[in-house]
Amino acid sequence: MELRASETKRYIKKALKDDAVRDAVDKATQTALAKRAEKVAINPFWEELRKLGHAAKRAVVERLDENLARFETECRNNGMTVHWARDAAEARSIVLGIARENNVRTVVKSKSLTTEEIHLNKFLIDEGIETLETDLGEYIVQLLDQIPSHLTAPALHLTRKDVGRVFHEKLGVEYTEVPTELLAIARAKLREKFLAADMGISGVNFGVVDSGCCVVVENECNARLSVGVPRVHVAVMGIEKLVPSFELLPVFLKLLPVSATGQKQTVYVNVVGGPQRSKSGEGPEQVHVVLLDNGRSKILADPQLRETLFCIRCGACLNTCPIYQQVGGHAYGWVYMGPIGATLIPQYLGTHEGRYAPFTSSLCGACRQICPMSIDIPHHLLKLRNRVVEAGESMKVERAGIAVWAFLAKHPLMYRLATWFPGRFQKLLKGSFPAPGYSAERALGRFDDKGFRKRFLELEKNSR
Amino acid sequence: MTVIMRVALFVPCLSEHLYPKAALDMVKVLRHVGAEIEYVEGQTCCGQPAFNSGYRKDIIPVAERFIEMFSDKDAIVAPSGSCVAMVRKFYFDLDIRPALVEARKRLAGRIFEFTEYLVDVMGRDALGGSFPHTVTYHDSCHLNRELGINAQPRKLIRGIPDIDFVEMGMPDLCCGFGGTFSYKFSELSVAMVARKCRLIEASGAEYCIGADSSCLMNIEGYLRKHGMKAKTLHIAELLAESLGL
Repeated sequence: MELRASETKRYIKKALKDDAVRDAVDKATQTALAKRAEKVAINPFWEELRKLGHAAKRAVVERLDENLARFETECRNNGMTVHWARDAAEARSIVLGIARENNVRTVVKSKSLTTEEIHLNKFLIDEGIETLETDLGEYIVQLLDQIPSHLTAPALHLTRKDVGRVFHEKLGVEYTEVPTELLAIARAKLREKFLAADMGISGVNFGVVDSGCCVVVENECNARLSVGVPRVHVAVMGIEKLVPSFELLPVFLKLLPVSATGQKQTVYVNVVGGPQRSKSGEGPEQVHVVLLDNGRSKILADPQLRETLFCIRCGACLNTCPIYQQVGGHAYGWVYMGPIGATLIPQYLGTHEGRYAPFTSSLCGACRQICPMSIDIPHHLLKLRNRVVEAGESMKVERAGIAVWAFLAKHPLMYRLATWFPGRFQKLLKGSFPAPGYSAERALGRFDDKGFRKRFLELEKNSR
Repeated sequence: MTVIMRVALFVPCLSEHLYPKAALDMVKVLRHVGAEIEYVEGQTCCGQPAFNSGYRKDIIPVAERFIEMFSDKDAIVAPSGSCVAMVRKFYFDLDIRPALVEARKRLAGRIFEFTEYLVDVMGRDALGGSFPHTVTYHDSCHLNRELGINAQPRKLIRGIPDIDFVEMGMPDLCCGFGGTFSYKFSELSVAMVARKCRLIEASGAEYCIGADSSCLMNIEGYLRKHGMKAKTLHIAELLAESLGL
């Protein structure tokens, strides 16, 4: 399923008509929010952790070049191979090259948004390499040929009935909607794949600069099996995913799961510190790290918007967003969705393809309030709206309207005259102010025939 | 003796043209607590709708005009958190004339939202009066999250002895107005206000109190169109009514 960010208006309309998706999204987000609130409430250091996390991320991003060089050196010292990919195509061909060199026929993958971003699965499958997602939600989404609808919960938009149906249709098993049975089906299917796979591909939650290791957190053990069992492990990592030190890692290991799922800690924390040290040892023979730019250095070069690189992809801003709650993740039309997605879309895809994304927000600010990295998302959306306008991507009629308004706002007499009309002739405007769509479900405000100023002056006169 | 405070009114567009009663009631309440009111002639708009739509360049002269007009006042008070946030916070995103940079800073420290001014500046949070009805309160997003004002309006409401104040579920959930968002994504905006109105109805309140006319226009529009019983009231209207002003 190919989605386009420029089609977001259409997707939003469609999503609003889909009560099943809306109910599923609403239920899942409310549950996650409640669990998060519970964990935050019992953590007296939560705000301290947020500050520490923000400062650590700022330190690492402000000197990203130096930190990446150090990270590369440390990874090499640990016996890993480090690759640099300027864009998606380069990253894909690096991964394919590693696969070809090692005669890889089957790949198991643990959940990774970065690989979604570069459309890795489809590419590898087209190249004849069997590529299987192993995170349960991601597995379901792959069976349906969809993309994840949430940063941490890929199948959040689906109900267990949906899952039962897709398992029945695609895997040929008896229909069931009992979660434990569904889990058992997936586990049985996946277990054999882990053992047979030649290569495991993962993302990276945190690349630890001072110790050259890649941290992957998860709850299902599928990532551990993906990175640990096959003979080759490829970790695809966005260059912004660094954290300064092993010492500071626990800050993030707390911030992420509490924000994402309301867990005090993830069930598994995988620290990939290199390939097996001896032939008889455990773990993969080769570990490759693919460092992906794909537009990130452009964001880095922009001091106004750089902060959007601090995102640790917890998804809390999605859960709390009154818009995401209504429409789910697919409505945004890209792999990063919700409030943070709305800031990333125009930055990664450009202000033409991403011209609507910064406007898919009422600027309510709930995202900033919950963000563990304290990213000022509404403020960034405002800046990006300006970029869209500056790029000439706003509607002509709006541009003209704003120009007229700006003129009037500087000329109070004409301003008063212009606003006098609607007060007199509001019957004519009926149904068209401020726009037809507005009034379909909402009664309109009434223009006052005098306005405040006149009424105030009258009040003054009478009281004298 | 009450200290006489000089207050310059800033009456935003919606208050000027659609909801003058809220602003007039604000004047009455401010006078009741001892403020001296001044209306600055020639005021128009703070520029927020254009700013939020991305037209930063267009609003620079509008903002400069606003700064020149108001920056020498002791205190500027407006019945809208959203417009105050525009001046206090977002004006700093604009490349205004260097000569006005100091004035902008001064203005940011002197412009207040109505409930903030009453409670934080004048130290008045229990005005008394009477309003024997059940009310709930909607947190407007800019007021709550940009300015951090959420306790002040609640104090003022609770300061009416016979009022029955109930919190609705998720009082800080956005009503879905968002300025131009309300017609650019009208179906989405409607879905959001519908949810808000269901929460208001579930609270059992007769009145939903708010401190921003824009949110109230949105909420009231939906309530009315859908025959829901609750009514909306600007907090200035509530206070004026309860005091019999």
